Amino acid sequence: MLRYLIHRLVEAALVLLLMSFVIYGLIGLMPGDPIDLMASGNPNMTTADVARLKAIYGLDQPLPERYGHWLESALRGEFGYSRAYARPVLEVLPPRLANTCLLMGVSFVLALVIALPAGILAALRPRSWLDYGLNLLAFAGISMPSFWLALLLILLFSVELGWLPASGVQTVGVDSFGDRLTHLVLPVLTLTALTAGSLLRFVRSAMLETLRQDYIRTARAKGLGPLGVVLGHALRNAMIPVVTVLALYFGALFSGALIVETMFAYLGMGKLIYDSIMGNDFNLALVGLLFATLLTLASNLGADLIYAWLDPRISYAD
Amino acid sequence: MRRLSAVLLLTLALGLPGSARAAKDELVIGITQFPSTFNPNIDAMAAKSYILSMAQRPFTAYDAKWQLICMLCTELPTLENGKAVIEKQDDGSDGIALTYTIQPDATWGDSAPVTTDDVLFTYEVGRHPDSGVSNAELYRRITAIDRVDAKTFVMHVDRVTFDYNAINDFKLLPAHLERPVFEADPAAYRARTRFDTDTTNPGLYFGPYRITEVSTGAFVVLEPNPTWWGDKPFFRRIVVKVIENTAALQANLLAGGLDMIPGELGLTINQALAFEKRHGRDYQIAYKPGLVYEHIDLNLDNPILADRRVRRALIMGLDRQALCQQLFEGRQAVADTSVNPLDWVYSQDVPKYHEDLAAAGALLDQAGWSDLRGGVRHNAQGQPLRLELMTTAGDRTRELVEQVLQNQWRRLGIDIRIRNEPARVFFGDTVAKRKFSAMAMFAWISAPENVPRTVLHSDQIPTAANGWAGQNDTGFKNPEMDQLLDAIERELDRTKRKAMWRRLQEIYAEELPALPLYFRSEAHIWPLWLEGVVPTGHQDASTLWVEHWRAATS
Repeated sequence: MLRYLIHRLVEAALVLLLMSFVIYGLIGLMPGDPIDLMASGNPNMTTADVARLKAIYGLDQPLPERYGHWLESALRGEFGYSRAYARPVLEVLPPRLANTCLLMGVSFVLALVIALPAGILAALRPRSWLDYGLNLLAFAGISMPSFWLALLLILLFSVELGWLPASGVQTVGVDSFGDRLTHLVLPVLTLTALTAGSLLRFVRSAMLETLRQDYIRTARAKGLGPLGVVLGHALRNAMIPVVTVLALYFGALFSGALIVETMFAYLGMGKLIYDSIMGNDFNLALVGLLFATLLTLASNLGADLIYAWLDPRISYAD
Repeated sequence: MRRLSAVLLLTLALGLPGSARAAKDELVIGITQFPSTFNPNIDAMAAKSYILSMAQRPFTAYDAKWQLICMLCTELPTLENGKAVIEKQDDGSDGIALTYTIQPDATWGDSAPVTTDDVLFTYEVGRHPDSGVSNAELYRRITAIDRVDAKTFVMHVDRVTFDYNAINDFKLLPAHLERPVFEADPAAYRARTRFDTDTTNPGLYFGPYRITEVSTGAFVVLEPNPTWWGDKPFFRRIVVKVIENTAALQANLLAGGLDMIPGELGLTINQALAFEKRHGRDYQIAYKPGLVYEHIDLNLDNPILADRRVRRALIMGLDRQALCQQLFEGRQAVADTSVNPLDWVYSQDVPKYHEDLAAAGALLDQAGWSDLRGGVRHNAQGQPLRLELMTTAGDRTRELVEQVLQNQWRRLGIDIRIRNEPARVFFGDTVAKRKFSAMAMFAWISAPENVPRTVLHSDQIPTAANGWAGQNDTGFKNPEMDQLLDAIERELDRTKRKAMWRRLQEIYAEELPALPLYFRSEAHIWPLWLEGVVPTGHQDASTLWVEHWRAATS
């Protein structure tokens, strides 16, 4: 097991190194930079100003040289300074990460709480009205564009009913957990609708496949009740493909939900990463994306370890 | 039970947003961008200008009538009042010495007076090559600043231009707070400036308001500055909230989360028009004509567009009046040249083009595009009259305009192919390196009486040889225009200058390096109870007069 873990950690380090090079290169290859865009909107900026500012921000150096400087600093634990936020990268990320953890964590758990029992019920009663109804809701959630749903919820709950705030992380000047929760309701509802739908379909499909197995028929023949069959035998086996999907969701969790964050002006990682890429804020974009990569790798490792727990036939023993 | 209900209601009331906001002594403004920095001299951004204009004042600015006025200074130095004196420089050329006096009661928020020391410090920062100041050209032109006393200084400038006394971009820095930061490491100043590391420090501001709370990316809170010398501001608190999505911005306004959306950083004209149709009775909606010039740059290296007859035919094939009426309900004025009709240098008697399909067709026939096949004109070699029109992808207004233009030109037998790109590709590469094959539609932002040197002078054509410097993307070369552009800047006599501007506009209209479309208007949405907001229509934001804003008493 230890050898397996070390092997995976070395793999992760190599993936991160490769990703850092690819991300840096892709951002650098995008045409135009913030200085060019600044100049296009400011009639007083001269070409000399543009050249000087590019030199100050290091944008006039060749890309490999810039990457080299970044890598050297990163290996010393210095992740640089965010040009867009005028502060160290490691100061900018944590508050956004905290917001994203709260938003995505609550949405994820809520989606799971909804999708797991609903998917099981749908699988237990295939082609019934319950199954059709749940599938319809699932497809509605999957198909609905997030920006449209977000706007609908804002119009209903904020504009028409006035029950909930339309945007932001908190009310200005108010520092209470209750206030932060009220600001979470609409973004969480939007994200949960999108996530629960697809999770429900996965759970239903995995359960249907498992319930067709011979050992389930044997368990029923032995007199085990429906709850015992599902919880004691079917669920654990059905969870293996579901865990794979959950691991992928978890990895995507922390890169945030860009559209939802934009619609609700919710300051999370998704918007941060997007803005830093579009603004050629190399340091911030790199660290944000590498962090998302690291989480994806960690969640997949976690999934692999959970497989071993779910299925005793899988072993990573040395 | 009753006690439980009371507890529940109290909990809800404390948790619900907006319950703490007092009515009408607080103003909540929604904008679409958050400033990247609060330092007034680093990074030119409209959002920063909008917010900082409430907390600081420039020495000079253009008002709502587009006239230059003193704000931080007591009197504009002019040749007539003797505070501006032409002087000979070491190389024999003419420079000018300008005497400014700072408002006597101007005081930073921590009670330190605003003095000449702040001016000298700002000059030092502006001239330093590593400080990151975005408009260093202004500081390069200033050869020296002499201290007369704590409130008066003489600024020596290396040339005499007509706008000699406009130092709008000379934004003051507090020496007593920023000097230690700057002197510790000038190259790191832009990362360590207190405007970003200590944004709520009262000593950074001397305007009617000061910044008291910042949530990066989310909102900025301003409260009255007790050291402000001017009219007492009305609002106890101003909150500027950032909501980038304009649909969400409108929803927040309707939900009561915002009081107003300013035209400087708010909705597009189409969104405002649609909003007005649904909610016009509940809000004040004002459209202020502005200096954003929407036009189509023509690549004059394209052999089709090199022919002036084709360019004239293109403009005469458009019904721009109908376009503005249909798409913008007449709220945006048709442009004849790059000079706005509200600018005092605008000339009425330059060639104006109206839709004239017969004349346009005749011009195209003369130019050799007389063979009509399948609705498209061809020349004698059988080549079709086909042009590519580009603009920023995702900009719904521009995409609508493109379709209208395409349809209008189709009537003339011109085949228009539309190809759009994301803004950073379009501006950063395609336009900047003149990679558009025929037509590029976008907007120039300018200032009152802004001499269009960088867009029309022949030495401003971006080429590989000059590192793509310059903004003359059309490749326009006209010796008389070059002379005018050089001469206008230095002509002090208004009458002579107006005549030069007239000739400039005449050449522009005759030669048509670009097709003028319209001037964009700012759409401002205010609550019915808000008074005193006067939009300017140019880069100096309406918040420069925020102390005059108030809630109506009845």
